[in-house]
Order: sequence, then C-alpha cells, then structure tokens
Amino acid sequence: MAYAMILLPLVMAALAFALPSNRWRPWLLPVTSLAHGALVAWALAHPALLTQSSWLVLDPPGRLVLVLVSVLFCASAFYTVDYLRRRAEHPNSVFCVCFLTFLSMMTLVTWSHHLGLMWVAVEATTLVSAPLIYFDRTHNSIEATWKYLLVCSIGIALALMGSFFLAYASLHAGLDSSLTFENLLENAPALSRPWLYAAFVLSLVGYGTKMGLAPVHIWLPDAHSEAPSPVSALLSGALLNCAFLAILRIYHICIATGEGTFTSGPLIGIGLFSMAVAGLFMFCQRDFKRMLAYSSIEHMGILALGLGIGAPALFGTLLHILNSGLTKGVLFLSAGNIYHAYHSKSTDVVRGALRRVPLSGALFLTGFLAITGSPPFGPFISEFSILNAAFGASHYWAAGLFLFFLFLIFIGMGILVLKVVQGHPSEAVQSSSYRDGGLTCVPPLLLMALVLLLGLYIPAPLDTLIRDAVNFLEVTP
Amino acid sequence: MASVLNMLLVVVLALNLYLLGNSRLSATIRIVAAQGALIGVMPLLVHQQVGLAAFAVSVAAILLKGVLIPWMLMRALREAQIKREVEPLIGFLPSMILGALATAFALAFASHLPLAREHTSHLLVPASVATVLSGFILLTTRYKALSQVIGYLVLENGVFIFGLLLIEAMPLIVEMGVLLDLFVGIFVISIIVNHINRAFSLQNTPRFGEQKD
Repeated sequence: MAYAMILLPLVMAALAFALPSNRWRPWLLPVTSLAHGALVAWALAHPALLTQSSWLVLDPPGRLVLVLVSVLFCASAFYTVDYLRRRAEHPNSVFCVCFLTFLSMMTLVTWSHHLGLMWVAVEATTLVSAPLIYFDRTHNSIEATWKYLLVCSIGIALALMGSFFLAYASLHAGLDSSLTFENLLENAPALSRPWLYAAFVLSLVGYGTKMGLAPVHIWLPDAHSEAPSPVSALLSGALLNCAFLAILRIYHICIATGEGTFTSGPLIGIGLFSMAVAGLFMFCQRDFKRMLAYSSIEHMGILALGLGIGAPALFGTLLHILNSGLTKGVLFLSAGNIYHAYHSKSTDVVRGALRRVPLSGALFLTGFLAITGSPPFGPFISEFSILNAAFGASHYWAAGLFLFFLFLIFIGMGILVLKVVQGHPSEAVQSSSYRDGGLTCVPPLLLMALVLLLGLYIPAPLDTLIRDAVNFLEVTP
Repeated sequence: MASVLNMLLVVVLALNLYLLGNSRLSATIRIVAAQGALIGVMPLLVHQQVGLAAFAVSVAAILLKGVLIPWMLMRALREAQIKREVEPLIGFLPSMILGALATAFALAFASHLPLAREHTSHLLVPASVATVLSGFILLTTRYKALSQVIGYLVLENGVFIFGLLLIEAMPLIVEMGVLLDLFVGIFVISIIVNHINRAFSLQNTPRFGEQKD
C-alpha cells in the first residue's frame, strides 16, 4: 500500500514530464489527487494495509496528517488547473512534475517509521517544493526561494545532527537498535539521557525551522507570500504539519522514556514566542498573503504549545492540525482569487473584495473568522480544548498569554481583512478579467464546509482516528 | 588507526580556521573540497575492519564532496565572475579567532557527553561540533550567496563527521539518501545562484532587502 501511495504520484510526475501539451498536463494533478485520496481511504478502511515493512508503517498520527495532506492536495490540484490556464505563457512542466513529487514526498514523511528515512523524506520535500515557489521568476520570488532553500537546509542539517544524537543515545546504551521508531520506543527507557536531551533540542530547532516556529521562521513569510496560491496552501496547510509530525515523533520517544517532562518547557516557550512574533508582525502588515503567513506561524505556535502542555491537550492539538490546515487552505486559495482580481497583494490597492469577487471575498472573510477561533468553526473547538487543558494542567501563565495573543491576533488580522473585503474597488481595478469561477471557488468552498462541519460535529471515524492517535502517543512503558 | 584518524581530524579543524580567514572565493571552494575529500576517507579508518557499507559511503562521499560539488561551485563562480568576498560582517581575522573559540568550546562540550568505550580514543565528537559551529559562523557573517553555500557545506561536513560514529548502525540506504539529498540540494542551489546572478548582477544576499521583516 505504501509503495502504491508513494509511487503513484511519481509515476504521474514522469507522465507529466513526458506529456508535451502545456494545456492538458495540469489535468494530471486532479486525476492523481483523486486516485491518491481513494488509496488513502481504502488503506484507512483496512487496517491490515497500514504496515508495509518495518520501515514503512502508517502510525495513528501519521494517518491524521496523511488525510489532511490528501484532502488539501485535492483542493489545490483542482485549483491549480485554473491557475495554470491563466498563466498559459509560462511553461508548466517543471511545476507539474515538482507538484506531484511534492505529494509523493509528503506521503513518504507520513509513512516513514525510521529515523533516517523520515529525515531524508523531510529534506526531499524542501528540495522539490523550491522550484514551485520560484514559478513566477521575479526578483522577490528568487529571494524567497533562496531563503527557503538555505534556511530550511540548515535547519534540516541540524535535525540530522539531532537524529544522529538520538541514534547514538541508543548505541551508547549498548542497544542493538535498528533505529525504527518501534524499536526506539521499546528501548526508550534505556536511552542515554544527555544524548537524548541534546537530540530533542536539535530536532526541535531543526524540524522547527521547517515548521516555521519563531525565531527560526525567517523563510516562511517570504515563501508563503511569493509562491503561487495553491502552493502556499499546500506549504502552509500540509508541509508545516508534516514537519510537526516529525517533532511529534521525537517527542513521543522522549515521553516513552518515562521522564519526558523536560520537553514541556521548550515547547511551551517556543510556542508562545511564535504566537507573540506572529501577533506583533501582523499589525504592521499591508500584504495580505504575508499576513496569512504570519497566521501560519501563529498556528504552528499553538501546536507546539499544545504539545508542551502534554497529555490533556493532545486531543485538541491533533484536532487543531486538521482544523488549522484546512482553514489555511481556504484562506490561501481565496486570497489567490483576490490577488488575481486586483493583481496586487497590498491593501493600499485591494479594497472592496466583497463587491469585486463576492464569493472569494466572503470565503476570505469567513476563513478569517474561522482561523481566529470564532465559533461555530473547527478551530474554535480545538483552541478551546487546548486552553481548557492548559488551565486543567495549571499552566495559568501559558493559558493567560495564549488568550492574550489570540485576542491580539484577532484584532491585527481583523483590521487587515476588513480593509480588503469592505469598501469600493477603484475604477482601474474593475477592468481585470478575473471572475469567480467553478474551479477557483468550489475547492475553497468545500474546504470551508469541512471546517464548519468539524466545528459542529466530529464524524465518528475521525473521532476514532484522533483517539487512536492520542492513545498511541500516551503509551508509557 | 585511531592516531591516523585523529591526525586527519586535526587537519579538518585547521582547514576550518583557514576557511574563516580566507577572502578569495576560489580558494575557499578548494579548501572545502579538500576538507570533503579528507572526510570521505574517514569511514575507512573508524573501525578495525572495513565493511562494504563503509567502503560505499567513502567512495560516494569523496566523489561528491571532493569532486562533484566543488566543480559545480567553481562553474557557478566562473559564471558569476566574482573573485573576492566583500568585507564580511565580522572581519576575517576576528572570525578566525571566533572559530578558534568555537573549537575550544566544542572540546569542552564534548567532554560532558558520555561516549561508548570504543569511541573515547578519538576526537570525532569535538571535531564534528567545531566544524558545525564554523559552518554557522560562515553562514551568518558572509554576504555572497556562494560563501553561504560554502558555509552550509562545512556545516554538513560537521554533521557527516558525527555520522561516522554510527556508520554501522545507520543503514547504507539512509547514508546514501543523506548524500543524495545534499547533492540535489547543492544542485538546485547552484541553479538559483545563477538566477540570482542574472537578476541582481551582484550576488550580495543582503542587497535583496526588498522584503524586510
């Protein structure tokens, strides 16, 4: 099953490379996404398929992230067809090949059950997504790609050092470890502590760079604002969560040692700091895609905070992976439509989106309400659950700051979003040819419906999926 | 074997300092190539008997770090037509001194970490930490895009030195995956460097500066 899921997009990528037609090539993306989605659904329905070999196992948190990746990829793929049609002057073969390979590598991250393999997969996602950010070939996009490649590669190199330290922790204890997560979890109590601590810190900083935690987030605002919108949606909704999955797995090993409390401080600290940075930078923003990038940093901060609070917040944290990822998809895709209607990302130009592109404007506004944690949308439930757990576990300071930053971000983001959607568009803007269409509006609309659904009612299979993951992560020897 | 290995590691540390003090880009590429080749030999020296895995990693690393990547960088350098690093954020001599301090720190740090008995006789851990730190100094203080790539390579070399301790525990395919990722990474980076060069004519990364926060 794993091979099918990972190889399918690669085969399609080869096909995309071979196909000469610039016009028909993009349709390979939605086809692949539907097939990939079907494979994921089939695998989840048959638990026997979830273990391929000792290296490729889809553990419960991996399942959750894989579902998110597949859904978001599907939405972005349909959207991309229209996006590339409007950019017909650009050759798109490299774009399509990288887009499909990106899916394959993210799938590999979720499946990998080996410390080294996971590292290779995470690094590979950086390399294949760099050309996607560079699609526009402008000065700003080169700068963004350069920062993305260099900063993420350095971060990932540190994560490799962390993985090596973890491997040495097991070697030093005289364990004949195969470095699969299963093996590391079994032997966790015997791991050499100093090496384990150092490994955790390096992995947190390393994978945290990729995940966009402040202060190592510097690549993120540029990359998210310069990349084409469907790519931003995938980077923000899917890729960052894949990096979080890597941190989650290292965290799990630390917890399994039985003395995992040392992880709590750094995670809570870095989480709150990310929220603070996001809140501060949101106030002086005029570029609405950049604002969304800072919102991604905020939500990665919330995930780190939730993980730092520990067991009581796990359910909320895992639910928040889905909620924030899907809402980010809505926001970036609708922001892309607004960008195409105005050919600008600056709020000096973009006014009156509700009049100019009513559906996209409404989606952008609703997405904003959802992401800032307003009821009745999904993120409200998960953020409330994390807050509740923070009070329950008597992290009063963290809970208070969490609330304060949420409030700050609500105001900062609100000012900017209202500027974009309200008012009257200027005359010059009316002439642009973009109108809301099926391919550009249905994907974010469906994602929005999912976010609303998650706020009102969590379907039973999803509930089981999250509870499985919580039980899996709480296992102590 | 351990004494030969230690000697090579000391040479690697000296090369770090030499790199930090050098302003000619073509010279720094040569130094990093020499360092890469030296490190490539080490998998053969770490353990008493040389296994197939160690041999394969050694050959791949020498080819990649010692020949292929420096060649790509040299080509990028020729196309960019630049010779020297501009005056860095921290001068060449101070950054050399910083590098020496980092090496001292690495020795102190490594002595706090418990080592398995068969690893106590050599300098792998401090050399690895010192090389990673030197890479960081290069990355943070240099302006030219190519110098930063060299900093990244030095950092990777440091990580690779630590990986030598695990050469038997890490499966071959993972080691190869790591090297492949490095290669593709540098390949993509050198393409981007060319584009930066065309777009900005000067390769100073801070010259970008259009996107502030």
